Amino acid sequence: MADGKPRSLSPGPGGRLGTLLDDAVWGLRAYGFIVAMWVRSTMAYRASFLIMLAANFATAGLDFAAIMIMFAQVDALGGFTLPEVAFLYGTSCVAFGLSDLLLGTAERVGRRVRDGTMDVLLTRPVPVLSQLAADRFALRRLGRVIQGSLVLGWSLTRLEVDWTPGRVALLASMVLCGAAIFGCLFVVGGAFQFWAQDASEVQNAFTYGGTTLLQYPPTVFGKDLVRGVTFVVPLAFVNWLPALRLLGRDDPLGLPDWLDLAAPAVALLCCAVTGLVWRAGLRAYRSTGS
Amino acid sequence: MHLLRLNFAVALSGFRRYATYRVATAAGVFTNTVFGFILAYTFIALWHTHPHLGGYDQSQALTFVWTGQALLAAAALMGGGFQDEFHERIRNGDVAIDLYRPIDLQLWWLASDLGRAAFQLLGRGVVPLAVGALAFDLALPASPRRWLLFLPSVLLAVVVSFALRYLFALCGFWLLDATGLNALSALLSLFFSGMLLPLTVFPGALGEVARLLPWSATLQVPADVLMGTQPGSAGAGLAFQAGWALVLLTAGRLLQTVATRKVVVQGG
Repeated sequence: MADGKPRSLSPGPGGRLGTLLDDAVWGLRAYGFIVAMWVRSTMAYRASFLIMLAANFATAGLDFAAIMIMFAQVDALGGFTLPEVAFLYGTSCVAFGLSDLLLGTAERVGRRVRDGTMDVLLTRPVPVLSQLAADRFALRRLGRVIQGSLVLGWSLTRLEVDWTPGRVALLASMVLCGAAIFGCLFVVGGAFQFWAQDASEVQNAFTYGGTTLLQYPPTVFGKDLVRGVTFVVPLAFVNWLPALRLLGRDDPLGLPDWLDLAAPAVALLCCAVTGLVWRAGLRAYRSTGS
Repeated sequence: MHLLRLNFAVALSGFRRYATYRVATAAGVFTNTVFGFILAYTFIALWHTHPHLGGYDQSQALTFVWTGQALLAAAALMGGGFQDEFHERIRNGDVAIDLYRPIDLQLWWLASDLGRAAFQLLGRGVVPLAVGALAFDLALPASPRRWLLFLPSVLLAVVVSFALRYLFALCGFWLLDATGLNALSALLSLFFSGMLLPLTVFPGALGEVARLLPWSATLQVPADVLMGTQPGSAGAGLAFQAGWALVLLTAGRLLQTVATRKVVVQGG
């Protein structure tokens, strides 16, 4: 698609790396344009938007309501107290909420392949992923981010952690790398639908299922499951491993310490793999024809 | 007789319509199963620290989890089914065509939703429950009598769920954009059906009120009927469900009459 973009928008200083960088900048700018358009259209129906924002906030809050009810009956879950679980919940929700806000609509690939509108995206001089991710950009999904942030903020006032600059940086990187890892899951899920158009629900198991899983302490789950989400689908790097270090807890798998800090590297690796999978998916695309 | 045949035909095509998408069904089964595992582990942790929480032992709590995953799609506990489609027809005015068909509007949608539910119970319910039974020690009844009571209970759960969603969808006659209302409907259903946590675990007055609300007829009661933990007897649970089904269907009928008389159909 890069070849089709208007010349004036990509001066291109030459060199392969330069072109690649230009393409990325152009992709992001185009994403920004489409997002701005959708935000403007959303704001035309302000009351509707506010209702949906509240609905998103409340739906996200249901899970925490369940956790509160659990803690009305017990003092600890898997050996973790309410503020500790709230910390896991908050980091998982904010990271997931950000990726859902920015990339959540990438899950519509299957529908677009079925109804033939994927072809339209291919004819435009904008990277397909930018168009897909920005299409029907839903600002109401901020509701989940706000809800998660409130729970996270509350947990921070209750936890007895000595907030050194290093730990603050670790917390910030948790949320950002977590959002990147979840974002990769959204895009890989979208790419998967080039092969299996009707299977969009499979990715819910990893995205929504993933964020639900990470709301609870790893000690609650079987070791095989924890191993699976550490080494196969690297969800454990979103919050479990860094959070265990912040909370001064032992890792149930007994993994080396440096892995707690490996989230940025894991997120980068995920992005690279996701890029390859996305390209392969796009190449495998066959129009519905007829 | 003719009416019965017609509604049966509608239900059958509802069944076949959902049965067409096999890959989507398999994807749904996979997701239900994954969520079942996540919930099951959290319940094990919860019941480990607090045995007999909510009057269930651990295997009953796990049975509750997997019954919930089995009924999630069939009883449309997260909303959807006919609701979005019906609402869209109200919004764009196509409902006017439905209204001059020589068949009752409510019965038509009920029949099609029952067909959908029948498929989703078989296609999306049986496998997660079977996987749950293989992976965990569940308190599934050995006696066929309980299973025979469970089936009508599931049927009534679907009818109550339908009647609730029908009421929410009818509000579309007055509100041009009912997406907020649909979200509210899903929210109430998820929380008060017992999908997140069994209603018996809810503390104090909240728990008592929640068990009287119609949403408890969509999951809490069928699960209790299956496990034999229904207060009173299974019969009391079925009567509770049938009562709510009758009340809500009547309310839907009344609201429908008001809606079709007073409201100008949109679109054109």
